[in-house]
Amino acid sequence: MQLELTEHQRLTKDAARKFAAQHLAPFAAGWDKKEEFPAQALQKLGEAGFLAMLVPEDEGGTGAGAVAYALAIMELAEGCPATTVTMSVTNMVADVISRFGTPEQKQRYLPKFADGSFLCASFSLSEPGAGSDAAGLKARADQDGDDYVLNGEKAWVSHGEEASLYLIMAQVDQGGGKLKPTAFLVERGAKGLSVGRREEKMGLRASHTCGLVLDGLRVPKTAILGGEGNGLKVALTALDGGRIGVGAQAIGIARAALQASLKYAKDRQTFGKAIGEFQAIQWKLANMATELDAATLLVLRAAEMREKKQPCTKEAAMAKLFATDAAYRVCNEAVQIHGGYGYIGEFPVERHFRDVRVTQIYEGANEIQRIVIARAVLS
Amino acid sequence: MKILCTVKRVTDPEVKLKIGADQKSIATDNLKYVLNPFDEIAVEEAIRLRDKHQGEVIVVSVGPSDVSTQLRTALAMGADRAIQIVHAGELDSDGVARLLQKVYEQEKPDVVLMGKLSVDNDSWQAGPLLAEYLGLPQATYASKNDSLESDNEKNKVPGITIEGTTATVVREADGGIETLKVQLPAVITTDLRLNIPRYPSLPNIMKAKKKEIKEHTPQSLGVDVTPKVRVLKFELPPARKAGVKVADSAELLAKLRSEAKVIS
Repeated sequence: MQLELTEHQRLTKDAARKFAAQHLAPFAAGWDKKEEFPAQALQKLGEAGFLAMLVPEDEGGTGAGAVAYALAIMELAEGCPATTVTMSVTNMVADVISRFGTPEQKQRYLPKFADGSFLCASFSLSEPGAGSDAAGLKARADQDGDDYVLNGEKAWVSHGEEASLYLIMAQVDQGGGKLKPTAFLVERGAKGLSVGRREEKMGLRASHTCGLVLDGLRVPKTAILGGEGNGLKVALTALDGGRIGVGAQAIGIARAALQASLKYAKDRQTFGKAIGEFQAIQWKLANMATELDAATLLVLRAAEMREKKQPCTKEAAMAKLFATDAAYRVCNEAVQIHGGYGYIGEFPVERHFRDVRVTQIYEGANEIQRIVIARAVLS
Repeated sequence: MKILCTVKRVTDPEVKLKIGADQKSIATDNLKYVLNPFDEIAVEEAIRLRDKHQGEVIVVSVGPSDVSTQLRTALAMGADRAIQIVHAGELDSDGVARLLQKVYEQEKPDVVLMGKLSVDNDSWQAGPLLAEYLGLPQATYASKNDSLESDNEKNKVPGITIEGTTATVVREADGGIETLKVQLPAVITTDLRLNIPRYPSLPNIMKAKKKEIKEHTPQSLGVDVTPKVRVLKFELPPARKAGVKVADSAELLAKLRSEAKVIS
């Protein structure tokens, strides 16, 4: 058994750590407060190759692999998790284009992820009435000659206002009312695609989440990704990688909360000594550090399996479930350690606590992860 | 233009050091290592000069086999190839300079760029010693007139100017800055305000995997590196004592006179 990172994984982690310290951490609180989308930082991330990490080198990507990707997200999320939402969704879209795209689609899009010409890409599956239940989608794509015309309403689209490219799921009638979800690649500015209301969120406020309205959105047949009727397969493949990404993101947020707590435990004096000298606080810190380590190992194992192309649906679900639950507990304890100061915006843990909450919900709620795991262990 | 650039592995300056059980070394278990920040600046400058004048950047390091990580970092920043002199034992600045002398003689570079010091031992010796052994001109503590916020810095313009076989080096001196012209080949050591080093982009990290690291040993270079400097003992600086409050300026003056003895 080996638990050593390879040289390029170590270098990638270091590069991400430096990037976060220089371009993310100093600004994260301000972006959160003003709900400001970190466009400049993303542009720099793209130019440094962080938006095409899962695309092989011969297709124009960086080919860093799933482990280096997870490590990078942990480091970057420690600086600003809202930025990593955009980063991971964009990588996810590039990844599925690389896995399912035609040579023309790959040639047209993948280099743009790798050189920073694409600011970001959106993944649009959910609808107001359907989230994890991908088969229950209402949006439709009707064939019209060589084109498809898309109509419907999408919800919870990360950076839907800013995306350069959209991967949109809609149902195609394959005859006799048999509806099959199909994935379409739609470029920014397409006629019939408009951005709906921006949600006001509890956390990750620098990442804008909005609805999309598809109103007679006409796309050519060549916009289909992975073949007509294969949308579910495209979506599920994307989500396996997405789960690892969210687990890594939660770990990054919780690490920031732990670091803040360690500093506070050494600085804050009560009854004549630093609170870190009280066993009550020490035990909290010990538990936080241990849970985070366990979560990190689970996420890296899932990433390693995915990189080796081994089936990892169960392991990815376990990693997402445990890492996000553990990260929530860590951020919760961080607020408790800070006492009243943990509840106000002057200290960073208030933001970490708000930011981490959604990781238990999105990319498949943790209840869904348990269903996936239960199915696997019962089979 | 051929640029030889030295790269040293140092203990992470953010980590608190502990003295080893023998009291003559630093405890190395669980230590994190990084590229010496001053060398990082030298690598950045070398890459900028190479991009401006064409040619190649060769990075060289002396140390145990795992300093390949620091060499790989420099390659990922953009250096073209690397030389590693594998040596796990003790080493002083003189030994390093004599090893680098051999590398210089093999590679015949136009310029040698080095950090002005390494942040672990703070000896400031290797650069000047190398220039001395090679009989080359040297310019230490290279800096520049532009600020690190200037457009030139944003556009990655080198701070060291090279025209023909002359290098113009703005250097930090005790009283301010001075400008030197040195005839190439020369040894130039870099100070903090010369540039902001880039971090490696991911495509460059992947490309660096395929770049060459050529290995040597002190034996293969024919250099005896037995240290001339003997370490007797490491000691931590004394812990800072709490300050004293004085009632007024008269008491302060009295204490400065009688206790601290800094005024008379």
